[in-house]
Amino acid sequence: MVTTLAICRRELRAYFTTPLAYVFIVIFVAMNGATAFFFGGLFDRGQADMTSLFSMLPWLYLFLIPAVAMRLWAEERKSGTLELLMTLPVSTTSAVFGKFLAAWVFSGIALSLTFPVWITVNWLGNPDNGIILASYIGGLLMAGSYLAIGGFVSALTRNQVIAFVVGAAVIFLFMMSSLDLILAAFRGWAPIFLVEVIQSLSFLVHYDSIVRGVIDLRDLVFYFSIMGVFLFANVVVVDQKRGA
Amino acid sequence: MSDLLRVIGLTKKFGDFTAVDGIDFSVARGEVLGFLGPNGAGKTTAMRMVTGFLPPTGGTAIVDGFDVRIHPIEVKRKVGYLPEGAPLYDDMTPSEFLTFVANVRNIDGADRDRAIDSAAGQINIQHVMHQPIGTLSKGYKRRVGIAQAILHNPDVLILDEPTDGLDPNQKHEVRNLINEMASDKVIVISTHILEEVDVVCSRAIVIANGTVVADGKPLELEARSSFHNAVSVRVSGATDSLADKLRALPMVGKVETSKIGDGKVSLTVFPSRPVNILEPVSECLRELSVTVEQIHVERGRMDEVFRNITTTTKS
Ligand SMILES: Nc1ncnc2c1ncn2[C@@H]1O[C@H](COP(=O)(O)OP(=O)(O)OP(=O)(O)O)[C@@H](O)[C@H]1O
Ligand SMILES: [Mg+2]
Repeated sequence: MVTTLAICRRELRAYFTTPLAYVFIVIFVAMNGATAFFFGGLFDRGQADMTSLFSMLPWLYLFLIPAVAMRLWAEERKSGTLELLMTLPVSTTSAVFGKFLAAWVFSGIALSLTFPVWITVNWLGNPDNGIILASYIGGLLMAGSYLAIGGFVSALTRNQVIAFVVGAAVIFLFMMSSLDLILAAFRGWAPIFLVEVIQSLSFLVHYDSIVRGVIDLRDLVFYFSIMGVFLFANVVVVDQKRGA
Repeated sequence: MSDLLRVIGLTKKFGDFTAVDGIDFSVARGEVLGFLGPNGAGKTTAMRMVTGFLPPTGGTAIVDGFDVRIHPIEVKRKVGYLPEGAPLYDDMTPSEFLTFVANVRNIDGADRDRAIDSAAGQINIQHVMHQPIGTLSKGYKRRVGIAQAILHNPDVLILDEPTDGLDPNQKHEVRNLINEMASDKVIVISTHILEEVDVVCSRAIVIANGTVVADGKPLELEARSSFHNAVSVRVSGATDSLADKLRALPMVGKVETSKIGDGKVSLTVFPSRPVNILEPVSECLRELSVTVEQIHVERGRMDEVFRNITTTTKS
């Protein structure tokens, strides 16, 4: 636990000592603000809520979260510090978890910096703050599962660009798995339950229900299972690929 | 007391290629073991397995009773390790970095400050403690890496080329540091600097192609040299027949001469059997009344021994 926290703190500091953190936060907040106020028509619709921000969020995350996750392991492998880290008395599990936690906290900080939008909608009208809170939780859960995927992909390579591209592609597949295009490819031959399983893997389906203000246990289980599975895979990959 | 570090049949294969091929050795507290061998011999790979970074293909290493395959965390607690090339987090300062390492090693509060101060002092990095590691010179990076390895005063210290990139003063300092720490630890260092072996190591292991080809005290290794017990002299005003006269002495085998200008000649007189021939040689020189500027008995040349051991096994 102590080591997990030490690693988490170091990673978090690493985010803020590189320009990446500030670039990320500025782009993230600016784009969120832009979607909320302009594309989303916050003023025109005459309705005070944050729906447009949160409906854009999965797409913004599709590009920004892999950028946060790509360095987690690829950078350590490339610079050789992986050898340093893994010869300290640290279990692979706590290293994986510490890094993931740092990336998640960082994404949470970025997400929380959208609070001016929240203040604005409350100033303009009477939004349902319960729904907004649920949406923030949904956003965080989505960030967490995207990060678990991105971290896992980052452990597979020493090249951060590859980690970014492959990470975004895998996340995209998960997002799209509820679309007919993908499902049709399975419908012809796969049993119904498999098609349903694939459909249920979609981030968007689970996210939509949370954003509507309903935090269903099944959605929580979904997100935490995705994180669990990919963090576990991350541990396996780090152990397998060590030094190779 | 059993040995603090035991390496048993340690083997590593990368695909079909065997990088480390069943090496065995044990090191007791107080020993400083020099790990020698040509590039690609498998030194780094062996160290990576002992420190728990690489899983062995076969065999194992046991540190203070803990098998690295079964209790890697225990082994890592007891070992301080400087990886080859001293990889470090460039975005941190030495102070932040050492604090991180102390946290991970569960050293906190006043102990942590004391450990960091002491390690930084021992390796002379106090004045760069707040400069990002990425901007430090190569030698300073190496020193930060060593500070990290000695931070928790480990029982077993494994240093992969610790003096690579250090200036002569710092090389000297690091060797002194190793000598100071040696009495209550096991220290294993790999190096390509053979003089270092004489100065710091109580024992040397030479590996080539993944196997141990020599294991002994530096003096024993040097004794394998053809220069062992040879007498080197520098004389002026020598006649051409000097070499022949020396060669005619009992127990003298070969004599090599080379002119070094100003009428001076340098000669190396090799014994035909492993005995000290200083007496007869100097007597002979006195009789011939040549002026001896320098004379000494060679202990043996490490580089020659190294070359012989590691090239004959290659073919
Ligand atoms: N991950 C790896 N995959 C494949 N081969 C490897 C790997 N790591 C090391 N090797 C090979 O194993 C052999 C031993 O390498 P090692 O780094 O242990 O040598 P070394 O004795 O430390 O050499 P040097 O003196 O140059 O540091 C080399 O031939 C190297 O190419
Ligand atoms: Mg090496």
